[in-house]
Amino acid sequence: MSRPVALVLAAAGTNRDHDVAFALDLAGAESRIILLSDLIERPALLDGAQIVVIAGGFSYADALGAGRMFALQLEHRVGDVLQSFVASSRPVIGICNGFQVLTRMGLLPGALGHNESGHFQCQWVKLDAPISNCIWTTGISAIDCPIAHGEGRYTHPDPGALTAAGQVALRYGGVNPNGSADAIAGVCDPTGVVLGLMPHPENHVIARQFPGFTSGARGEIGLALFEQGVRYAKER
Amino acid sequence: MTIRSTTTDPRAAVLLADAHALGLTEISSIDVADLVFVAGGSDRIELESLLVDPLLQTGDWTVPTTAAIETTLLPGVTDASAQAVHLAAETIGSPVSAVATGTRYEVHGAVDALTMSVLAKRLLANPVIERWSLGSIEPSFIDAEATADSGVELVDIEDLDDDALEALNRERGLSLDLAELHAIAAHFRSIGRHPTDVELETLAQTWSEHCAHKTFRARITADDGQAIAPLLQQLHAATDAIAAPFLRSAFVGNAGIISFSPGTTIALKAETHNHPSAIEPFGGSNTGVGGVIRDVMGAAHRPIAVTDILCFGPTDLAAADLPDGVLHPRLIEAGVVAGVADYGNKIGLPTVAGAVLYDPGYIANPLVYCGCIGIADETPPTSGPHAGDLVVVLGGRTGRDGLRGATFSSATMDATTGDVAGASVQIGDPITEKLLIDVLREAGGMFTAITDCGAGGLSSAIGEMAEAVGADVDLALAPLKYPGLRPWEIWLSEAQERMVVAVAESEWLRLHELCARHGVEATALGSFTGDGVLHVRHGDVTVLQLDTHFLHDGRPQREMHAVLPSPNRNVGEPPECNDVATTLLALLSHPNIASKESVIRRYDHEILGSTVVRPLIGSHRDGHADGVVIADPADTHGMAIGIGVNPWYGELDPERMAHAVVDEAIRNVVAVGADPANVALLDNFSWGDPRRPSTLGDLAAAVRGCCEASVAHGAPFVSGKDSLNNEYLGTDGTRHSVPPTLVITAVAHVPDVSVVVTPDLKRAGDVVVQVGTTACEFGGSHFAKVHGQAFEATVPAPDPDAPMRYRRLHQALRSGRVVACHDLSEGGLAVALSEMAIAGRLGLSIDTLPGPDPISALFSESSARFVCEIAPGDVDWLVEQLGEPVTVLGTVSAEPTVALPEMRPVALHALITAFGVGS
Repeated sequence: MSRPVALVLAAAGTNRDHDVAFALDLAGAESRIILLSDLIERPALLDGAQIVVIAGGFSYADALGAGRMFALQLEHRVGDVLQSFVASSRPVIGICNGFQVLTRMGLLPGALGHNESGHFQCQWVKLDAPISNCIWTTGISAIDCPIAHGEGRYTHPDPGALTAAGQVALRYGGVNPNGSADAIAGVCDPTGVVLGLMPHPENHVIARQFPGFTSGARGEIGLALFEQGVRYAKER
Repeated sequence: MTIRSTTTDPRAAVLLADAHALGLTEISSIDVADLVFVAGGSDRIELESLLVDPLLQTGDWTVPTTAAIETTLLPGVTDASAQAVHLAAETIGSPVSAVATGTRYEVHGAVDALTMSVLAKRLLANPVIERWSLGSIEPSFIDAEATADSGVELVDIEDLDDDALEALNRERGLSLDLAELHAIAAHFRSIGRHPTDVELETLAQTWSEHCAHKTFRARITADDGQAIAPLLQQLHAATDAIAAPFLRSAFVGNAGIISFSPGTTIALKAETHNHPSAIEPFGGSNTGVGGVIRDVMGAAHRPIAVTDILCFGPTDLAAADLPDGVLHPRLIEAGVVAGVADYGNKIGLPTVAGAVLYDPGYIANPLVYCGCIGIADETPPTSGPHAGDLVVVLGGRTGRDGLRGATFSSATMDATTGDVAGASVQIGDPITEKLLIDVLREAGGMFTAITDCGAGGLSSAIGEMAEAVGADVDLALAPLKYPGLRPWEIWLSEAQERMVVAVAESEWLRLHELCARHGVEATALGSFTGDGVLHVRHGDVTVLQLDTHFLHDGRPQREMHAVLPSPNRNVGEPPECNDVATTLLALLSHPNIASKESVIRRYDHEILGSTVVRPLIGSHRDGHADGVVIADPADTHGMAIGIGVNPWYGELDPERMAHAVVDEAIRNVVAVGADPANVALLDNFSWGDPRRPSTLGDLAAAVRGCCEASVAHGAPFVSGKDSLNNEYLGTDGTRHSVPPTLVITAVAHVPDVSVVVTPDLKRAGDVVVQVGTTACEFGGSHFAKVHGQAFEATVPAPDPDAPMRYRRLHQALRSGRVVACHDLSEGGLAVALSEMAIAGRLGLSIDTLPGPDPISALFSESSARFVCEIAPGDVDWLVEQLGEPVTVLGTVSAEPTVALPEMRPVALHALITAFGVGS
């Protein structure tokens, strides 16, 4: 397989679809942005894909809680095909709003609440990638990238159990920007192929996107995460 | 259902702080819950699973009985959450018939009914869009039974005397003057009939100050009898004189258009949304952002970045000093910032550049400037509309929202404005506008002309598009939010998120299908005719039939009188300053200079991955950049955006102010690495009532300064906007006008984004040098503000060497050998050096100051100056590059102290604390 096909799902209000498509292309995938309405009409689109991405944004304006409406549409219209995509161990990633969607659908544990600050925050964070089941973070120890969200406080009744199960894929290093339980920034499903994370590695895929670039510094690039997903999709 | 957060709701702390700021300190806490009202048979357990996330929330269907304030939106105000409940219920197969939402506030502490009502009125419910009650509120289900109303009223204007004309003007809120009313009466006398209400409202909107720029087009006579060329003509002439090769289109259409690289064009535009933001801060700034983004879409460009410049009254204003009917600056700021963030973040554009200013002059009239930049492939301009093309409206539905916004914004506000102008304000829907961007991204070639629905709604959009060809439209075909709108309301509604396109019949099906895929409504309302007549019907009833020539050119040119200012330009003695350290700390903590991080972090400035120089820079990412740089991740070049604004100079010397702020905007982009030979400018004037000759004189002087500076720098104005009548008439009869506030936006080419420069100090051992010369120019300075004593002073004069200096500095920056560069502005050299030290978390040891005297050197705000950080061995090289002497001020040190001559050394952490960021 030369370039695995990555479907980037976009609903009304998804707005980082082009950013993540750029990142995937750079990482060696062939990205295709697909409207939710197109997928509902043609669920078979998933058959030709090796990676599924639920991109960031404010789908349905966060009405009824971030990710709720997008999740509901996926569940009720294409739930079966999506389940079998995951069951076939093809990698799935949900970023920011996509993470919120995956938790609402029950594909990932936990939930995302309002930031502790009570408002939207945009800032760069350093992410640590602990040893976990996650295929997206294989061989990665850290990533520098921005957060840009108002509802990113990860909540889980037993974060310790998640860690023990190898499902904590990413943690905020240093400052915990939103009050997430155990500073969790990203979690995966038990198999490790489905990853959800609040920060935006797709906004750090070339060196000059790093804020320290103007002082000659280099950050830990987010592209690595997409390269791992692509590598896994190819080798699977 | 009442939905509560299982942990502390973060809104609670914010509300409590706001309540205490209002003086309601007896309140000990406020609990917040969301309310959803549902009518129609549905499965409650299913619904509950939609509305409540058990990990985060609890839901209760019983109506709570404890004391509380409840709010809900007024009928007709867009309720996105309610719409979502409808869609969600449908998706799970148990539809509901009506939904409304609200918020419940449970107030604790020793509060009485009076406190509760003050809290509701001043903080929790904005009467413009919401209503409130103590205890349970009844939901506002939209009455779908209301019947359509095709009624048209005839207005007998032809035979009215002047008093009656004025009365009509007031009664209908037309904001026209007598000469204009006479012209309308004469026109209808000549065609022998009464105007309809639709025609009268259309004329009032088309001829409003907001749309027609009557003052900027007026014949002006100065007090010495001399004629002053119309202001707009002066700006056009300056742009023509420059004849910039990168200019594609200036002062026509929705936005200015330039090109810095073959094959790509850039559209730029800035707007104000001042009046709406004064009475409904969130909705006002929210729709301001949405509106300016549509301007760029209306110029057939894809938006890529947003800017915002905000002017507020002091946020620590005592409640007793607040005029009647005016919202507290603290609430205005909170609402405006939230509104900008909401729209920009949700539509998915980086909000990159801006400024926040505080001055008592903005208490009653906050100013909200929103800008947008877009790009497109360079193609021949759209050719239409052609006769036979369809008139198609895309996007949101039409409601009673935003009626008479154009005329409202052209009038003075008073204590009742918030009550009577409610319909002029609304909440935006960024998701619908995002869908429009997506549709237009794929709709190239499907339309022959495009414009946005802004002030004046369909009237303005279709009226302008039909100016050359004429059109025939049927308002009964317009999709409505709810029935019952009268024809003039449909025609004039300023409902947001709508675009009008001209579509050849052969393309209509393709466009319609594209829109359907994206979930965007597209409706043909009629066609462009070619007969030069604007013909508007409601079904078979003609409601408007106007000669487009009279509509667009029939307005009598305004004759206005100006008294030009005669500012003090004497360079006085340098002021005394006994304690430089205390002065410096006071400057750094002044709200206009201190950190704006708390505002900037609310905006997404990372989306699209294009931001190279962010608004916050430095080792701890909390220093302010001079300009920002954006570049498509796939490109090696990009553009810089810089802002210039200084109302304090404007109050003293509007001409020098204009020169200074043009220079500042250009300085800001040059400092980050942009090429001064490729700079385009936007002008946005917010002024008081220009019918006062001194106010108009100030405006004329500012326009003269703009033109001089523009020509001197070879940087053309490509678009602009004026917002006049920013005045408030207090109940005591006092008029409150804003200080003359000119915002200049500079957009410039950055030829190589790998060598951008930021102001933070980089390396201990480097030297810092001042480029440019200082004079004793303290007029309008922040030193004068914190100094506490009046002294004679002049506003900084233009520096004739500036254009040459910027060209040479640019070449020096491109070498990569200048590692930090910062422009000097408010607070002068001492503040600039401190900002560089704070941003880089490095110390400075300064031993040499430039002339003319130490206090001027440290705090004067002379124009056209920079501080650069270079290696010690590069001083001679820099002097050679610049072709003029520089002042080597001192060295960067690892020791966290800033030492200036005339001052005891100050610890870096003291500067950081004064500036207001974390250590």
